[in-house]
Amino acid sequence: MSPNNTSTETMTLFSPQLAARLDALVEKYPVRRSALVPMLLYAQDEVGYLSDGVIAEVAWRIGITELEVRNVATYYSMLRFKPVGKYNVQVCTNISCMLRGGYELYERFQEELGIGHKGVTSDGVFSLEEVECIGACCWAPAIQVNYEFHDELNPDQVPGILADYRAKAAAEERSSHA
Amino acid sequence: MPRLVSHPDEVKIVSRRFGLGAEKIERYIELGGYESARKCLAQGPDWIINELKASSLRGRGGAGFPAGMKWSFVPKQSAKPKYVLVNGDESEPGTCKDHLIFLHDPHAVIEGTIIAGLAIGAKVGFIYLRGEYRYLLEIMEKAVADAYAKGFLGKNIFGSDTEFQIITQTGAGAYEVGEESALMESLEGKRGVPRIKPPFPAVVGLYGGPTVINNAETIATVPHVIEMGGAAFAAVGSLKNGGTRLFSISGHVERPGVYELPMGYNLKKMIYEVAGGVRGGRKLKAVVPGGSSTPVLLPEEIETLGMDFDQVGKAGSMLGSGGVVVLDDQTCIVEFALRTISFYQHESCGWCIPCREGTDWLKKSLTRFHAGFGVAKDIDNIKYLAENMMGRTFCPLGDAAAMPTLGFVNKFRKEFEDHLDGKPCPFAKHVELAMV
Repeated sequence: MSPNNTSTETMTLFSPQLAARLDALVEKYPVRRSALVPMLLYAQDEVGYLSDGVIAEVAWRIGITELEVRNVATYYSMLRFKPVGKYNVQVCTNISCMLRGGYELYERFQEELGIGHKGVTSDGVFSLEEVECIGACCWAPAIQVNYEFHDELNPDQVPGILADYRAKAAAEERSSHA
Repeated sequence: MPRLVSHPDEVKIVSRRFGLGAEKIERYIELGGYESARKCLAQGPDWIINELKASSLRGRGGAGFPAGMKWSFVPKQSAKPKYVLVNGDESEPGTCKDHLIFLHDPHAVIEGTIIAGLAIGAKVGFIYLRGEYRYLLEIMEKAVADAYAKGFLGKNIFGSDTEFQIITQTGAGAYEVGEESALMESLEGKRGVPRIKPPFPAVVGLYGGPTVINNAETIATVPHVIEMGGAAFAAVGSLKNGGTRLFSISGHVERPGVYELPMGYNLKKMIYEVAGGVRGGRKLKAVVPGGSSTPVLLPEEIETLGMDFDQVGKAGSMLGSGGVVVLDDQTCIVEFALRTISFYQHESCGWCIPCREGTDWLKKSLTRFHAGFGVAKDIDNIKYLAENMMGRTFCPLGDAAAMPTLGFVNKFRKEFEDHLDGKPCPFAKHVELAMV
């Protein structure tokens, strides 16, 4: 195979599963570019953030410039350009959550994790974010850890939630070495 | 898992399959599902639109535009393909009803989308969920795949020669994308900035084709309208406000939750009976009746207020997304106003200057107030800023930020004055907000 080969197989940053998913994604829409936002999300889910490499590959897959990809990506608050923790804890403090103790919950997460807004713990397991409404207003206060919702929380549940995710991270670490 | 609630006053139409396992297609069919779509396929577009018109079903996203009329604006003949776009970007603070629809009744969304497609002559429908709803997207994707497998979607739906495809996706975190033209931009792979209107989406929409855009709740209601008949659905609600609505009741109530009540249901009863009253037996201070963008109401304003688009409008607020946020007497209105405007400042897309600058300056002014450094002229400055944002932007986000702010200042002016010149907050809550 020549070193200048630019086929998907050799160039992609992504796992074969994700690469296949993205190949299908661009075919799904009447217009190729419509795949851009979902593609960025799925790429971010696997890589952890939108690295320069991810941006370049997405641009190539859609057939637009990297600048156009960045122009769109910077608009959406869930898309990020720096790594976060394995578990990104997003605490809603918007009105419905605020009225039922969202700030107290957020403060407890800050204390337990020793980090603030957009901080990452030194072991890389957790990051923390104060976020806008996540659509769980009737089950407030609520948080999301990556895509997982936790509803109707009180600050005393914070250590337990973190311990569960820490255990999950440790188990995954062990199985990846096994 | 979001908790389901129930109350004897509820009229369960849209929520009647919640908690019954209807996310599985077999169960949905067992519960009468997809019969409405079959009926619509047999009856044709004019009949569907007439039923919708007769139902007085109005847009559940917030604007309250009659759904049947919206569909009738789509030209019958079009050189470009037509589209149905389901807005499940549910992002208005205080609103979490679509969350339950996607979770418990995804096939109702699919069936409603098919019916909308039949009504306007579209072959493709898009269901767009907010980015945070990834687990709900997975439920929707499974439901769509099952509907394809049954032949309810595809080249020949229900064995007919009619084609209908559905594409599902999520956004990636942007309130603004809930605005219909910004939603179309996002679906086209662009920044979610609004388009100027006219032309309206019914004429020039997604990819330039005629497009019907409805809120997910509106779409999920459609199969029930067909099943009951438009007139019967209309009879459940109040004058010109057909049917029921999913009200998301949150904040300081004993039993927060999503309740399905007839349009026109009294707001006071909704708080005190349905949601169990103000938490801890405290006094009611104020109610935000329809999501964070709607002007606040005082306890004396809700006594006889019926919750429909027209009555709440007459009371000087809006029914909006049906997100009822209840505030007890321990709530600091300045803090609440600041948290509200902080959201709009964060979400303003920056396209229109009055909104971009207005939300930013409102947040700055309220931050100063909240920190105890407000001066008397700040109150009028806040009003001046908000008034100058109204009606001066492409999309309603500028209004959505200005309207509640004006409501807080006009109705709680004294409380703002009590915060002036370093006076201690009567609620002793002046810790600096983390987001500010």
